[in-house]
Amino acid sequence: MENTTLAHHLLLAGLLFVIGLTGVLVRRNLLVVYMCLELMLTAATLALVAFSRFNQTMDGAVFVFFIITVAAAEVAVGLALIVALFRQQKTVQSNELNTLCD
Amino acid sequence: MPDGLFIFFAALTLGAASLLVLSRNAVTSAMGMILTLVGVAADFFLLDAYFLGVLQVLVYAGAVMVLFLFIIMLLSDSGESSTAYPWKQATLGLAIFFFLAAGVFWLFLWSGALPHTAAGATPPELSANPGEFTTSAKSFGRLLYTKYLLPLQISGFLLLVALVGVVSLSKEPKNEVP
Repeated sequence: MENTTLAHHLLLAGLLFVIGLTGVLVRRNLLVVYMCLELMLTAATLALVAFSRFNQTMDGAVFVFFIITVAAAEVAVGLALIVALFRQQKTVQSNELNTLCD
Repeated sequence: MPDGLFIFFAALTLGAASLLVLSRNAVTSAMGMILTLVGVAADFFLLDAYFLGVLQVLVYAGAVMVLFLFIIMLLSDSGESSTAYPWKQATLGLAIFFFLAAGVFWLFLWSGALPHTAAGATPPELSANPGEFTTSAKSFGRLLYTKYLLPLQISGFLLLVALVGVVSLSKEPKNEVP
């Protein structure tokens, strides 16, 4: 903690966000895309905690609390949607989900 | 130069995140995600946010990832690993990654957009803020029930809506009568 600055933590959060964004753009398995979305959300929480710690305020940490709550609800609903999609289409590969194209 | 623990956990986090994106097996991706979340939790500990670190491991690495693994097992769709390696996609992804990563490095290290405050110095515009940074979980409770009471109730309602939504989504569709 003594030698790390705000920039180090923000750099880690930014790189995590970029990795997640690349995964969302490139991957085709919907479950992996969804995990990459969660990764981007986690990167945002990391940046919030870093700002909260280095500004000596509690607000960023409380925001992270809400983000974790919303992310848990979001994962439950999203996975239920993916399961419902799999029931209809028998696939979770996004390049095979082209019903609207035909 | 940052200290060794930060470098270790940052490398662990980024390596596991790369494993998440690069692996063609969904279960390996989920394992990489769990390792990433643990690494982020360790970084929360390094930032003195102990309560959030514990919460991260409990909620994310525990509950959410178990749900993910369960769905992966349920769908067991390993179609991606049987096809040919998508070289074009991988090259495009790598190009996007390096472009954006260069942007991140520029923004946080060389652009001078970050304020150069040391840890422990509250900016003057935040000095009237009721929430002082502490490491105890008690300060979370105090803020949650005073300044953030309405968001707390809304998030509770959101959880209820999500619960009802998941139940109605995962019901077997009824046979439609034409």
